[in-house]
Amino acid sequence: MENLVEIRDLRVEATTDAGRRIEIIKGVDLDVAPGEIVALIGESGSGKTTIALTIMGYARPGCRISSGSITVAGKDMMTLSERQRAHVRGLEVSYVPQSAAAAFNPSKRIIDQVVEVTRIHRLMPLAQAREKAISLFRALSLPNPEEIGNRYPHQVSGGQLQRLAAAMALIADPKLVIFDEPTTALDVTTQIEVLRAFKAVMKKSGIAGVYVSHDLAVVAQIADRIVVLRGGDVQEVGSTADILSDAKHPYTRELLSAFEPKSRGESVVVAAREHAPLLKVNGLIAGYGPIQADGLPLVKAVQEASLSLERGRNLGIIGESGCGKSTLARSIAGILPASAGQLTLDGRELARSARQRSREQLRELQIVFQHADTSLNPAKTIEEILGRPLKFYHGMKGKVRDARIDALLDMVRLPKTLRSRTPAELSGGQKQRVNFARALAAEPKLIVCDEITSALDTVVAAAVIDLLKEMQRELSLSYIFISHDLSVVEAICDEIVVMYNGRKVEAITPAISKIPQHPYSKLLFSSVPKLDPGWLDGLERDPELVKTYVHG
Amino acid sequence: MRTYVLGLITNRLGSSALTLLIVSFAVFFATAMLPGDTATILLGQAATPEAVAGLRAAMHLDEPAFLRFGRWLIGLLQGDLGTSYVNNLPVAQLIGARFVNTMRLAGIVTLFAVPLSLTLGITAAMFRGSVYDRIVTVLTIGIISVPEFMIATSAVLLFSVYLKWLPALSFTSDVTSFWQVLKIYAMPVFTLTFVVSAQMIRMTRAAVIDTINTPYVEAAILKGASRWRAVLLHALPNAVGPIANAIALSLSYLVGGVIIVETIFNYPGVAKLMVDGVSTRDLPLIQSCAIIFCVGYLALITFADIVAILANPRVR
Repeated sequence: MENLVEIRDLRVEATTDAGRRIEIIKGVDLDVAPGEIVALIGESGSGKTTIALTIMGYARPGCRISSGSITVAGKDMMTLSERQRAHVRGLEVSYVPQSAAAAFNPSKRIIDQVVEVTRIHRLMPLAQAREKAISLFRALSLPNPEEIGNRYPHQVSGGQLQRLAAAMALIADPKLVIFDEPTTALDVTTQIEVLRAFKAVMKKSGIAGVYVSHDLAVVAQIADRIVVLRGGDVQEVGSTADILSDAKHPYTRELLSAFEPKSRGESVVVAAREHAPLLKVNGLIAGYGPIQADGLPLVKAVQEASLSLERGRNLGIIGESGCGKSTLARSIAGILPASAGQLTLDGRELARSARQRSREQLRELQIVFQHADTSLNPAKTIEEILGRPLKFYHGMKGKVRDARIDALLDMVRLPKTLRSRTPAELSGGQKQRVNFARALAAEPKLIVCDEITSALDTVVAAAVIDLLKEMQRELSLSYIFISHDLSVVEAICDEIVVMYNGRKVEAITPAISKIPQHPYSKLLFSSVPKLDPGWLDGLERDPELVKTYVHG
Repeated sequence: MRTYVLGLITNRLGSSALTLLIVSFAVFFATAMLPGDTATILLGQAATPEAVAGLRAAMHLDEPAFLRFGRWLIGLLQGDLGTSYVNNLPVAQLIGARFVNTMRLAGIVTLFAVPLSLTLGITAAMFRGSVYDRIVTVLTIGIISVPEFMIATSAVLLFSVYLKWLPALSFTSDVTSFWQVLKIYAMPVFTLTFVVSAQMIRMTRAAVIDTINTPYVEAAILKGASRWRAVLLHALPNAVGPIANAIALSLSYLVGGVIIVETIFNYPGVAKLMVDGVSTRDLPLIQSCAIIFCVGYLALITFADIVAILANPRVR
């Protein structure tokens, strides 16, 4: 059988800001048979999206397909004119973007955007296109299929938008659909519904797919074949079962090992713990908006949260977007002063606002933010970034400070040569290490980590987690680790708090029992994709539970 | 949702009214602080102090400034712009014909400048980095940098002195044919179009480029949309807010800022009237002109804001 897509020796060049040309795709071959779903997997910068987009004869601004051949349904995309390529796009090959929230035009109604492909290519009358769109909405199990199209993109949820984007891609019955990380921006409980909808539609219509993702577990559920990419090169190609069970390439094994359950391990610290808790939070309420008559804010993002953390132990807070976990972190740190509740650090009362805390208290409790990109001042060198807390908290100057900066860089496994660089000259993982070193510089007792691994690739994130554990052994730190990713939290925390809708629903101690009791925690834990390809099909969810807790 | 929008718009109109009041206050006291007064200027240097005092009393100039301001404001609210100190004519009558002239010139310039700027701005954004874009950019920046009297006098030199195609002055009274209208307006319109377009082109280009770089425009291209379709149907509607504001800001210049052009071409507009008023300390006239400029400016800005509000479905 002839392949639907044949890519041979594809090379793509990018022009850097400095005007230099670098090859980002280095001679890639790729085949997709009709009806087959091929996954492109790799970390950020591996070129997976770039390759997928070349199938549509498209390169992002600043990039250029320099050589190779791309044959789609017998047409060589390289030799076609721009107008002829436009005729393939949407009609034969269509695209589901990573963030449907960004890919829908905010000023136009959804239905108009969904049927636009049929208008551009003059496929069918408008009324017929609308009917078809509604039947696709139904097939993708969207609620209220007759009406949902008349809304604007900001009026529907993220999970619904992602399915609407799939409807937009399927309206012209293409031969191939490119999915570009279509569920990455979604919560795990929502992701399942979207994945199921995608899988059902693709299977029914026999459309081929190219599924771009960094998440092996998600890909395992939907792909027939997996292509592992790194740095613009194919590392390994194989059927899903082969890759999962019998990976040949070391890089693939590294990706797979990130999924192996990791135990917390260190119970030595636990034994030596003292009686007084390090941090105690009692009935904390925090939120946004104008203060109401009862002295509380209009939107309460955190409602009556109570936590307690003992010295040398770690507390994980998990929950989905909007559950209030980041707000909780910010009010513990005093950035967003809580409206009610008590905070105690090391036996002493902690003021709600960071402004009213003593310098010593500020030093003892540090926070590390998710995006190292935005939390490191781009105009300062690493030396200045790390030197500031040393001077502020410890009054260090001159050679003493220099020596300490070196020691800190050494601690987070960064070479001393990075001292004079600015954050823009570092990789994502390096920036997050600097971000963490800045918190360490204060010599705190407690570090609040707000989603610090979420923006990192799996392998890099695993290394950062290892670093955190090591620092804990050496410096007897405690962490409050906030994440939406259960596996990360399990890897490092002694106790896990599950939050839903601003409330703490359950506290789980993995050492005693890993089985959640609260229905929402059960739903959340069971929604984390597993490497087993049959996981999605075998997963059974209580529809009542889904209705109560999943709003995607 | 509808009431929310109405609330927003009422809010904008309310703050415009407040701005107007503050401006009228500022204008009144700024003119009151000018050295010398109408009485001395009218009577000349040789006037006796008694004559000056008498004239002041007759013109209520000896009353406290606050009282005069209150009197003027009440008159203004009743539609009475006051009486000119200099020739005792109602200010409304003095301004009337001039105002029509100013609006006519502004209208014609708008008709030319807005479509021209939008076309150039949008196309420059579409072909960003191309030779065409660079030419447009160099020309617009060049024009922003050249003062308007330079453009105006160069135009006079070229078209009136050397080529003798157009009259150097714009007397609007002796117009008999459409051809003459064209000839009279050609140079002022040409100069002003240059002056106001440059800013609009730059702002339109920037706003459209901002929206062209969004994922939804990429998504439209990947749906098979042509470049034109992607820009006009997807990028442009999301750039309406900033573009409307840029246009309003540029056009507001046509209401009060055209004094140089009016002077060079001797065009009988309001701006020139105001400058004449300043030299004779004709307070009612100056104040009325300033209020008219302010109203024009606020009307344009408020209109642009309302357009931006209505163009955004998230607010609407």
